[in-house]
Amino acid sequence: MQTFDLEAQGLRALNSTLHAQAENTNQTTWEIINPKGSHAIAVGLDAPIEVNVKGSTGYYCAGMNKQATVHVHGSAGPGTAENMMSGTVIVEGDASQYAGATGHGGTLIIKGNASSRCGISMKGIDIIVHGNIGHMSAFMAQSGNIVVCGDAGDALGDSCYEARFFVRGTVKSLGADCVEKEMRPEHIAILEELLERGGCDAKASEFKRYGSARNLYNFDVDNAAAY
Amino acid sequence: MKDFDAKGIPHTTPRQSATFTQDANSDIRRAAATGIYDIRGGGAKRKVPSFDDLLFLGASISRYPLEGYREKCGTDVKLGTRFAQNPIELDIPITIAGMSFGALSGPAKEALGRGANAAGTSTTTGDGGMTPEERGHSSKLVYQYLPSRYGMNPDDLRKADAIEIVVGQGAKPGGGGMLLGQKISDRVAEMRNLPKGIDQRSSCRHPDWTGPDDLEIKILELREITGWKVPIYVKVAGARPYFDTTLAVKAGADVVVLDGMQGGTAATQDVFIEHVGQPTLACIRPAVRALQDLGMHREVQLVVSGGIRSGADVAKAMALGADAVAIGTAALIALGDNDPKWEAEYNELGTTAGAYDDWHEGMDPAGITTQDPELMKRFDPIEGGRRLKNYLKVLTLEAQTIARACGKNHMHNLEPEDLVALTMEAAAMAQVPLAGTDWYPGKPNTSY
Repeated sequence: MQTFDLEAQGLRALNSTLHAQAENTNQTTWEIINPKGSHAIAVGLDAPIEVNVKGSTGYYCAGMNKQATVHVHGSAGPGTAENMMSGTVIVEGDASQYAGATGHGGTLIIKGNASSRCGISMKGIDIIVHGNIGHMSAFMAQSGNIVVCGDAGDALGDSCYEARFFVRGTVKSLGADCVEKEMRPEHIAILEELLERGGCDAKASEFKRYGSARNLYNFDVDNAAAY
Repeated sequence: MKDFDAKGIPHTTPRQSATFTQDANSDIRRAAATGIYDIRGGGAKRKVPSFDDLLFLGASISRYPLEGYREKCGTDVKLGTRFAQNPIELDIPITIAGMSFGALSGPAKEALGRGANAAGTSTTTGDGGMTPEERGHSSKLVYQYLPSRYGMNPDDLRKADAIEIVVGQGAKPGGGGMLLGQKISDRVAEMRNLPKGIDQRSSCRHPDWTGPDDLEIKILELREITGWKVPIYVKVAGARPYFDTTLAVKAGADVVVLDGMQGGTAATQDVFIEHVGQPTLACIRPAVRALQDLGMHREVQLVVSGGIRSGADVAKAMALGADAVAIGTAALIALGDNDPKWEAEYNELGTTAGAYDDWHEGMDPAGITTQDPELMKRFDPIEGGRRLKNYLKVLTLEAQTIARACGKNHMHNLEPEDLVALTMEAAAMAQVPLAGTDWYPGKPNTSY
């Protein structure tokens, strides 16, 4: 395992070192110590490596990740795993706002709670939250899945497209054009796989599914009150 | 029309209202018939103070000119010298503004790349991401980082020669966009991760940052991902140019792109285009003053866009302090948009050449702002690229002609002192003297 002291060696050195890891690198496991809430830790990675951040992170940790597994042993600041393409990001604590924003793929697992706008504009990422998520989560979410083992705040899934939301607890309110949907066997199967991937101790049968009513897909003046 | 009524009393001359004009009345009738606001492309069509209201003084006894065609007048510009390892070096100070694949056809984007390449300048992607054709035909390509993040991925980000974080657009400061379903082909839908045929909204603000402090961190993230190699531009609409320029520079921008209200859009509400934002002319001096106040003029480059048509416009923008300009609408016209040769078809669409602005409907007779395979066949990207190259060359020659007449051996040596204004409004906005005076409204240390 390679250990990198972020405080001593600096952010530029960290990211350039991680970017230098090739597809077949033998330095596959990294530990970052002294993150101290720094921004842009382990961003733009593109190799099958595992990065363990020993502490809390600032903005955009693991932003635009590809292939790598980034494990935050603390809480994460805004925009964690934003625009992730593939790989896995795990946050042991809570995640601030915009977690997984615009993510195209990969898995984001948040073992605590996620703040507002979790999964905003998501485009294929799977986000699994063990706790609660805040208001306006999944705003304009395009595709992918959000699993919430706790509760969801106001305006879940406002103006969403084809993304799916599975919530075990309560939903304070649904956003425009977001509705509860029938949980069919194929959705149970998808959810079971997500729960297993996220290490969640929950049964798929306890969840409800939400998604787009598809009424706002094409502009119609009769829907003006919803815009 | 009879001159007298039945009693022999003369009619007064029929008088059209200056308030309820024919245009205003047609808008009212359209709204009453449809119940929905008018969406269109392009920029502000209303008459606003513009570069036309400025004149160059040329040389005189105290300023001697340079010989045309003989004495050199440089046009090169380097963008992104502040932090980037690899600034963009252009032969001419005229760049191609961001226009999306989706709003434009693939061949139209290819033509923009071909023309820009041949003229030694850069092109810019738009909402929807980077296409291989565009990257392949553009030796210098600026990748727009937009609120929607359609098609956004780190691989394309790293292929870019510069990154432009789009905060605002002159046609619609504070507004998002809408690509209507009829323009969403299979390929456009796939690039944007959305089903075919549905309207695709582009957000008005970024999903993962708000405010200048966040922007600084976002710029840090993009620099870290791209290894601090490429310049990062911040594009703002002409809304609050002094403050937006100040904040962009403080957030770490290498280049500020400032887009006035005459700048075009693929589609937004007509009421937005015509009533929100400031004319390009009004935005330049406050932005330059912001750079000067920070000691960053020429260190952070200023690119101005919105209504640039001629070499005179280029020269005037640069005399007011811009390092370069960007063109969008003019580039489309050079490619063949709104060409009178399609007049019969424009008439069928209820418009006329020069006024066609329903780019969002995808029925462009010129085959440029469409995804319709049959219409696209009308447009030849090689010929389009050649036309754009010619146009860019003419803009450059015209601007050089003016600069030489002002005694400048480089376009960047043009200065406000070379200009006068024809109107009080333009004098106030450009802060150059009203012609025939040494005064402009708001001039410091004057009592009027």
